Amino acid sequence: MKLRKKKSGNRLMSRPEEGKNPSRGVFTRRALLLMAAQGAVLGALGERLYGLQVLNGSHYAKLAENNRLSKRFFAPPRGRITDRFGISVAANRINWRALLLAEETSDINGTLERFAQLVPLEPRDSVRIEHELRHKRRFIPIMLRDFLSWDDMARLELNMPSLPGVLIDVGTTRVYPFGPLMAHVVGYVAPPAEKDVVHNAELALPGMRVGRSGIEQTQDLSLRGQVGSVEMEVNAVGRVMAELDRDPGLAGDEIALTIDSGLQQQVLGRIGDQSASAVVMDCRNGEVLAMVSNPSFDPSLFDSGVSQTQWIEWTNNSQTPLINKAVSGLYPPGSTFKPAVAMAALRAGTLSPSDRITCPGYIDVGGTRFHCWSRYGHGTINLRQGLKYSCDVFFYEVARRTGMDPIAATSELFGLGAKLPEIELPHVRQGLIPTPTWRRAHGHHWNGGDTIVSGIGQGFVQVTPLQLATYVSRIATGRNVQPHLIRSVAGRMADLTDLGRAPGMDMPEHFFEDIRAGMFAVVNEEGGTAPKARLDIPGVQMAGKTGSAQVRRVSRAMRESGHFNSANLPWEYRPHALFICFAPYDAPRYATAVVIEHGNAGADVAAPLARDIMTDTLRRDPVNHREPPGQEVAQAEVD
Amino acid sequence: MKFQKRLLRAEPNFQILTKLWQVNWLYVLLICALAVIGYGALYSAGGGTSRPFAGPQSIRFCFGLVMMLGIALMSPAILVRMAWPLYIFSLILLVAVLRMGHVGKGAERWLMLGGMQVQPSELAKIALVLMLASWFHKISYRSMGNPLMLVPPALMVLLPVALVLKEPNLGTAVIIGTVGASMFFGAGMRLWQIALLVLPMPFLAKIAYSHLHDYQKARVTTFLHPESDPLGAGYNIIQSKIALGSGGMWGQGYLRGTQGQLNFLPEKQTDFIFTMIAEEWGYVGGITVIGMLLLLVFGGMLIAMRSRNQFGRLLGLGISMNFFLYCAVNLSMVMGAIPVGGVPLPLISYGGSAMLMVMFGFGLLMSAWVHRNSTFGETTPGEKD
Repeated sequence: MKLRKKKSGNRLMSRPEEGKNPSRGVFTRRALLLMAAQGAVLGALGERLYGLQVLNGSHYAKLAENNRLSKRFFAPPRGRITDRFGISVAANRINWRALLLAEETSDINGTLERFAQLVPLEPRDSVRIEHELRHKRRFIPIMLRDFLSWDDMARLELNMPSLPGVLIDVGTTRVYPFGPLMAHVVGYVAPPAEKDVVHNAELALPGMRVGRSGIEQTQDLSLRGQVGSVEMEVNAVGRVMAELDRDPGLAGDEIALTIDSGLQQQVLGRIGDQSASAVVMDCRNGEVLAMVSNPSFDPSLFDSGVSQTQWIEWTNNSQTPLINKAVSGLYPPGSTFKPAVAMAALRAGTLSPSDRITCPGYIDVGGTRFHCWSRYGHGTINLRQGLKYSCDVFFYEVARRTGMDPIAATSELFGLGAKLPEIELPHVRQGLIPTPTWRRAHGHHWNGGDTIVSGIGQGFVQVTPLQLATYVSRIATGRNVQPHLIRSVAGRMADLTDLGRAPGMDMPEHFFEDIRAGMFAVVNEEGGTAPKARLDIPGVQMAGKTGSAQVRRVSRAMRESGHFNSANLPWEYRPHALFICFAPYDAPRYATAVVIEHGNAGADVAAPLARDIMTDTLRRDPVNHREPPGQEVAQAEVD
Repeated sequence: MKFQKRLLRAEPNFQILTKLWQVNWLYVLLICALAVIGYGALYSAGGGTSRPFAGPQSIRFCFGLVMMLGIALMSPAILVRMAWPLYIFSLILLVAVLRMGHVGKGAERWLMLGGMQVQPSELAKIALVLMLASWFHKISYRSMGNPLMLVPPALMVLLPVALVLKEPNLGTAVIIGTVGASMFFGAGMRLWQIALLVLPMPFLAKIAYSHLHDYQKARVTTFLHPESDPLGAGYNIIQSKIALGSGGMWGQGYLRGTQGQLNFLPEKQTDFIFTMIAEEWGYVGGITVIGMLLLLVFGGMLIAMRSRNQFGRLLGLGISMNFFLYCAVNLSMVMGAIPVGGVPLPLISYGGSAMLMVMFGFGLLMSAWVHRNSTFGETTPGEKD
């Protein structure tokens, strides 16, 4: 009470003074002015806030969404490739790798230095890392090292605090459990090239691989699968805070081949270290059961990059390990071409099975003398004997009578020098059956002699081992079978695999019988050229045809000197050894073509090899098995 | 003797409790309300925990509150006596920080004193207000017509401004200068004097710009064209605007603002705390905070006008003006209206010395309120001259 009284008194007393002191009045006026200014400023800010938040709110809200959401894509697992019994021939293995997110470290060089002390980086790696650091995109990690071992990982994990920005991540790499054995058929994958990424941004994802050869290349799209994605909430440094939405993507299709990996192994074992190619087919539906090209290479080397020295070694090797000789190797078929010539003549009516031709050891056509392989000749023989003895003169004469155009037309019907549309491999070569038209198109004259040498599969004639196997399958069954390598895709059987799908060849059956009989005689009759091809399985016979294809013209002088022996020639001038065959003779099921580069005589080298392969095939009988026969293959499976 | 007597008359022997009763508790309540909002915002900025920011800051606030009430009880006479020593001390600190201070983010400088970061420029502002208030208190309104009387206070302003500019902290220097100018204005500077000072300003500004540091020029240019460098200097402004905009009318919800919670907002606990509030609480929350700040500013101005002595009036004006400038610069900055500078939002932003100095200022304001009826040392035209 006392206080209040004093106060009010105070106020009363001081009131008269107020008017006399101008400073208070001035102050009040000016303070009000300042308050107006303050109010105006804060009011303007409130108005600006309204503009930012309410009027333009949705625009900024969209920008905030963009900030917050990050969609990340990941590579789907690549489809497995198996053989006909489900054994993996191309699979995926988990691959631990170290990545660097440059935004999370302030000292990239320091981090890299400490990293290199723990896990050594090859100079090649360092160059790549430097390049990637210069071209990287914001918040996209770059790869430091992959294929980390368990020890590497332990060392890295232990030292994580001194390695800011380093992440350990898991991806997959392609493994090929059979290594070189299946390399040509299955092919290999490699990281996509810059130009691929330009066309398809999906390929830029870490871990994406592109098929570069074989089935991996031709079936790349179905093996690749569909890219998955995760929508994530990320913070300002790109660290994932929450996962909002996930699209798991689609794993690539699993592809089952027609190949029997066990048979493939046996065939390779029979070939040994020769530079050769062999194809085994189911001659009823065209399934390729084995396709071997030797020497081979390790396909898994391509995933991480092939070293320069390895590459030079491969490309300089005269035995061409990188090339699949079965579809890309072109060889003159030599005497294996004779059944096709005979078929052409039968169809053209220029030869009947009973016609007899005399072989004195040579024939003169247009002033040139063409020799038979036998200096003494074969006497007077019919078609069956012509095939059995592989008489050159007989087929010179048949070719001369028939002419080149009908021979070429018929050979192409059997797949020789023709496209094989169903074979699922890249770099398939077509070969050539020469015709006068073709010769003229290249500005040359077609001589009568050209027809003569073509009659024994020499000259310009060039075919692949797969074409030979197709040709002998068609002879064996009279059906237009198409060779193919894929049995099923994602569990759906390929149409071609159905038995009875292959249409007939539209030629009289007795033509086929005549030719098969000749080929039977080659192997099984006294005096045939390939007695070494006779099967050692009771009740089963094989029919076949030998071939020795010269790669260099043998001069008359050399031949007449009597000392000519092609085995004395340098390797690359020796003739190729070929053999084509099918078995069992009375109910054809398997067809085989064997080409041994510079193997000399087909009868001595190729025929026994073909016999061994056929024996293995018949013993395994892969087309009648549901399970892989034997245990030796199953152990090779890695997953 | 006469002065002593007056003092006694004007300052009846208040008991501490009765003085406390005199404190404007409504105003204190408003301060506390803003501090609570600040606590909530810092809790959110810490990602939903009080540990990094909100906890320490609330302890500082409580300490500041006690300090404020303590200062509120001090009589103007004591405060006047404190002015010179405090001013000199602040100048010493400003020199010291130039010599051996730590530099943070290119501009703010601080000293480590007893394990605490001290920004001398914060103290300098309050000390200057106190200094100018006591100086203008002592000279008469009439004597201010003489320009020579304005030279000493002008030097008092220019000295700390020059030192802060040297740091170099342009934002704070401008605030100090403006606070000083507003006190000249409030003290009754003549209009012709003002005109004489203001007219050559554009010319001086041009010279000043040419002396700006490169990073300060960069701030000006990125302010004018923020999109020219979205990941560099313009990043802060763009992200802040995005955060504000995505808040909309009602906000994204407490602890759910994506820009703040996901660290897109730079310095969200200090300079950009308002952005965080406006993102999570929307325009409604933002305008509420602005309204409360405006209430504190106007309250301070009304307290100043209510004072019966020039010292209290100018003290109130200076403190309110200082507080207002802090708010206005910070808000303009986060809304992209002026170039970014290290100016926190008072009472809400995380930071020790800013919080303590703001509460120190409010203590002075409260003292002016408590002693509003004192006419101590008031020079009336009749008495002097």
